[in-house]
Amino acid sequence: MSRLSVLLARETALAWGRGGGALVSVGFYAGVATLLPLAIGPEAERLAAVASGAAWVALALASLLSLERLFERDYEDGALDLLNLSPLPLELTCAAKCLGQWIATGAPLALAAPIAAIGLGASPALTPLIFACALAGGLAFAFVGGIGAALSLGARRGGLLTAVIVLPLFVPPVIFGGGALDAFAGGLPWKAGFALLGAYAAAAVALGPLAMAAACRNALS
Amino acid sequence: MIGSLDLRGVGVSRGGRRLFADLSLRLAAGQACALTGANGTGKTSLLRAVAGLVALDAGEVVFEGAEAGEARASALHLLGHLDGLKPARTAREELGFWSLWQGGSEAQAHSAVAALELGPLMDLEVRRLSAGQRRRLALARLLSAPRPLWLLDEPLSPLDAGWRTRFGAMMRAHLAGGGMILAAVHDPLPIPAISLEIAG
Repeated sequence: MSRLSVLLARETALAWGRGGGALVSVGFYAGVATLLPLAIGPEAERLAAVASGAAWVALALASLLSLERLFERDYEDGALDLLNLSPLPLELTCAAKCLGQWIATGAPLALAAPIAAIGLGASPALTPLIFACALAGGLAFAFVGGIGAALSLGARRGGLLTAVIVLPLFVPPVIFGGGALDAFAGGLPWKAGFALLGAYAAAAVALGPLAMAAACRNALS
Repeated sequence: MIGSLDLRGVGVSRGGRRLFADLSLRLAAGQACALTGANGTGKTSLLRAVAGLVALDAGEVVFEGAEAGEARASALHLLGHLDGLKPARTAREELGFWSLWQGGSEAQAHSAVAALELGPLMDLEVRRLSAGQRRRLALARLLSAPRPLWLLDEPLSPLDAGWRTRFGAMMRAHLAGGGMILAAVHDPLPIPAISLEIAG
């Protein structure tokens, strides 16, 4: 257990500092949220209609930012070899890396998400649901993103490859989360969408590490 | 604890090219082996194969007294060209993490810092260390978490003459405690060692 906790502390610290880490992700997110009204037009009604959906898509893109370095640095500098030579199964090591990524960038983004959505004109009543969706969605983005990051190990321009692998897998959480937010805003039943989002995140947490560990072993050998 | 390392008819290929085949070696507790061979003959690949990171073409690697997976998880150190140290973290953070990760204690990490005279460097970021200092930090991991088998890839190269001698003394102490060393080298090791040449 103590091994897992020191690893999680290291991964969170590394993710916090990785390519600017949390601050750059949040800054990128704020930037996208600011660009939208400029492109769509400043009319409040039009903006409010797309606010929660736009905030949600921007969140998915922002969580892609620091993914490419998730495994790549440890792979390049030999740390992945040493992480592998341990009683802790590589699957758990991969899970700890993704969890660190979520704590360092997913959580700050989840805090920023309601602010961005309200800034775009979404109803403040949406705040708790946006926050909860962003937390659960962030977990899914981190664990699914980790699969892409591990699969693109050793490839030149791995970051681009990661994005291409991962974006299709981001489709279900974007649909579920966006649907739940839309339904809530329109006074319709929203729990099913949120439950599906949670189920997708749970499946990603359970299955993602298996795929990541297999991809890492393959890259090392 | 493992009693000996046995390589039985080991062969390794990389990228479709056979590096070596039918290599055998028996390393008992207290023994060191110097792997020699020209560049590209597969010294590093052999070390990685013993660590289980590279698949064998043929033959087997046997650790006496432990199943291979268990031995690789907790009975061997691998020190390669790449040291796995993060440039942006301090020496203290890095050594602290790796020593706990590899099953060492804080007290052992302290004595490793003392043995390698890293004290004044511990609060520096790894990127500020010279190549030799950085190698000493990597060597400190060997002492901070005692594991019987050391797999070393060119351990001496960035060290100055004084540190080569002192690292020789550390290797001798490790062997005296029943440890084993398998080292890929170009310069001779400063300790008595079996020699194994990999022919291309």
